[in-house]
Amino acid sequence: MASQDIKGTKPYTLLAIPIIIWTLVPLLWTLALSGKSPAALASANENTLGNFWPKDWTWDNYALIFTGGASDLFLPALRNSVVVCLSATVIGVILAMFCAYAIARLNFPGKRVILTTALTVSFFPVIAMVTPLFDLWTKIGLFDTIPGLIIPYLALTLPLSIWVLSAFFQAIPWEMEQAAQVDGATTWQAFRKVIVPLAAPGVFTTAIISFFIAWNDFVFAISLTSDKARTVPAALAFFTGASQFEQPTGGIMAAAVVVTIPVVILVLIFQRRIVAGLTSGAVKG
Amino acid sequence: MAEITLKNLVKKYGDGFPAVNDISLDIADGEFMILVGPSGCGKSTLLRMIVGLEDITSGDMLIDGKRVNELAPRDRNLSMVFQNYALYPHLSVFENIAFPLRLAKGHHSEEEITSKVNAASDMLELNEHLERKPANLSGGQRQRVAMGRAIVRDADAFLFDEPLSNLDAKLRGQMRTEISRMQRRLGTTTVYVTHDQTEAMTLGDRVAVLKKGLLQQCASPRELYDQPVNLFVAGFIGSPPMNFLPAQVDGATLRLPFCDVEIGADLAAKVEGKDIVIVGIRPEHIKDASLDDGVQGAAFTAPVDVTEWLGNEQYAYIPFDADPAVRAKLDELDRDLDGEGMRTQIVVNLDARSRIREGDDESFVFDPALMHVFDPESGDCLTRDEAKAKAIAEESEADRRRGLERAKARESKNATT
Ligand SMILES: Nc1ncnc2c1ncn2[C@@H]1O[C@H](COP(=O)(O)OP(=O)(O)OP(=O)(O)O)[C@@H](O)[C@H]1O
Ligand SMILES: [Mg+2]
Repeated sequence: MASQDIKGTKPYTLLAIPIIIWTLVPLLWTLALSGKSPAALASANENTLGNFWPKDWTWDNYALIFTGGASDLFLPALRNSVVVCLSATVIGVILAMFCAYAIARLNFPGKRVILTTALTVSFFPVIAMVTPLFDLWTKIGLFDTIPGLIIPYLALTLPLSIWVLSAFFQAIPWEMEQAAQVDGATTWQAFRKVIVPLAAPGVFTTAIISFFIAWNDFVFAISLTSDKARTVPAALAFFTGASQFEQPTGGIMAAAVVVTIPVVILVLIFQRRIVAGLTSGAVKG
Repeated sequence: MAEITLKNLVKKYGDGFPAVNDISLDIADGEFMILVGPSGCGKSTLLRMIVGLEDITSGDMLIDGKRVNELAPRDRNLSMVFQNYALYPHLSVFENIAFPLRLAKGHHSEEEITSKVNAASDMLELNEHLERKPANLSGGQRQRVAMGRAIVRDADAFLFDEPLSNLDAKLRGQMRTEISRMQRRLGTTTVYVTHDQTEAMTLGDRVAVLKKGLLQQCASPRELYDQPVNLFVAGFIGSPPMNFLPAQVDGATLRLPFCDVEIGADLAAKVEGKDIVIVGIRPEHIKDASLDDGVQGAAFTAPVDVTEWLGNEQYAYIPFDADPAVRAKLDELDRDLDGEGMRTQIVVNLDARSRIREGDDESFVFDPALMHVFDPESGDCLTRDEAKAKAIAEESEADRRRGLERAKARESKNATT
């Protein structure tokens, strides 16, 4: 078995190497740039590996965004990002969970309409919604507020979450719930004690996807906020260099590295939870 | 402890198909009731109606005289073992068994839960697996966990839906005796669905035979075997199945394919006016005439096609041509019984000493008193003896009560020592 597996997967491993390099180089490039001094950015002589990695690693760029001139821009933006994305994720996942459960388990009129609407909404080009939203938000006072960002993010993430979660719920055998009911559970208890734990991988998957969508969004962030609720992707566009003629490349790269870290940590924490097949052993065979 | 009464229960699914059609049953307190029948006859549906997972289209369902039609499953206090066990994969074996107790909030302290779960796991020999997850257990162990979850709380009745169908033959035999012992010991009313007739015959105090949603007969295994009410029950109960032969009626004589049999005046009156009837003879009631076991009665000679020697017994197969008039009826019966449309043959269950050889003409003998005669149109059994049936029923009811009392006495003796 084992040897056969290794033999069978070898071509895939070979194929994977160029893909890994392809995706990793831009990230390493970002990391490298964030450690370069302005001189190193301008001159290839200061770098090794053919202008790739700085000879003298400097933390100046990081100092700039955390304590230096760019910190008034970056730190509030980081806080906004965290608040907006976490709220959007938590609210979105909870709403999607109830909605997906109803879709997976109940037969009610309008079920298909909900599903197709959700799908259509997720195909709707974001850029087309921005201008009307901007007008509306300025009129009703949601412009440049945290809820003003959370609401469009929910609209963006809910359809996908509902689809993913209802697939997970549908994969859970009906008998699990019926067994719980016979054991004395109310519908709510059966949902909370049996269905949600079994759907946990699905819940984590949707939570992470929602978080990433919100965390990486630029279009809504730049259009619907000003200085009060601006998130990191938008804030990066407002970085300025020391002089008008100097590009703030180092600072932007340092900020980019900093905002990538939570994403990496999240994936590392949850990758073990996002394993399908948790339901194995529920039923015989 | 509870008595379950079903009154004219009907279940129609969305498409109007009556999966359960006008079934009435009285299940006594402490009784082990079996629901049996071919695939799709509505056994699971009936069980799920009792437990409350399926709405009742019409009729009444009573537990201890109280109507429970509208009660949710959790308010009926019944416990169920599902056909596929439905264990909670995210919980350990201990927590799986403790689940019903934890749901009854405030009723049980932590120590009580532990002691109840341990008592159940002792009984089912699950002690060394309590911390494991269901995914890592074998089929038989999972089955026992499902059973533990059912018996841990004091449910009024146990409901089983083919709990042994996925186990291999040996384990099935062991678990069968386990279930029987457990039910006697706990004395809990039990309804058990199966399509395995060995389970039906060995476990049940009474067996309800269903066909296409209709109750055919509900009686003790012995009565079903000796006094079936119709062709379907006679063909369904017993393995190898009863032989069905067409017989021409000629006054007080029945002309079977290989011999003529004289019948009594009672029966002659019943078959009067019919050209043809179906005669049923159990394979073990036909004997090898050469062995001289003192069986008197109808003797016949017939060519033996195939013999199978199994050590303790042997089977002989005698092919015959069925009269076209009953052929259709026999084919229909075969389909109802999930048969393969085999050609008509007589199966004879012979003593292992018999020297009957295949290919030869051999002589056989059977006692006509043991023969069943069926009306070919309605399928009704014309030889059913109501008085005898009643005697068997009373006898098995007395046996059941004695068994329960014995178990209770043993239990209380154990409790005092
Ligand atoms: N949800 C449903 N909708 C419509 N018809 C159904 C449904 N469930 C079962 N039936 C029908 O009801 C009849 C009885 O089904 P049921 O599951 O009770 O059979 P069963 O006796 O348990 O059979 P088996 O031995 O195969 O388990 C079948 O003919 C089936 O087609
Ligand atoms: Mg079934």
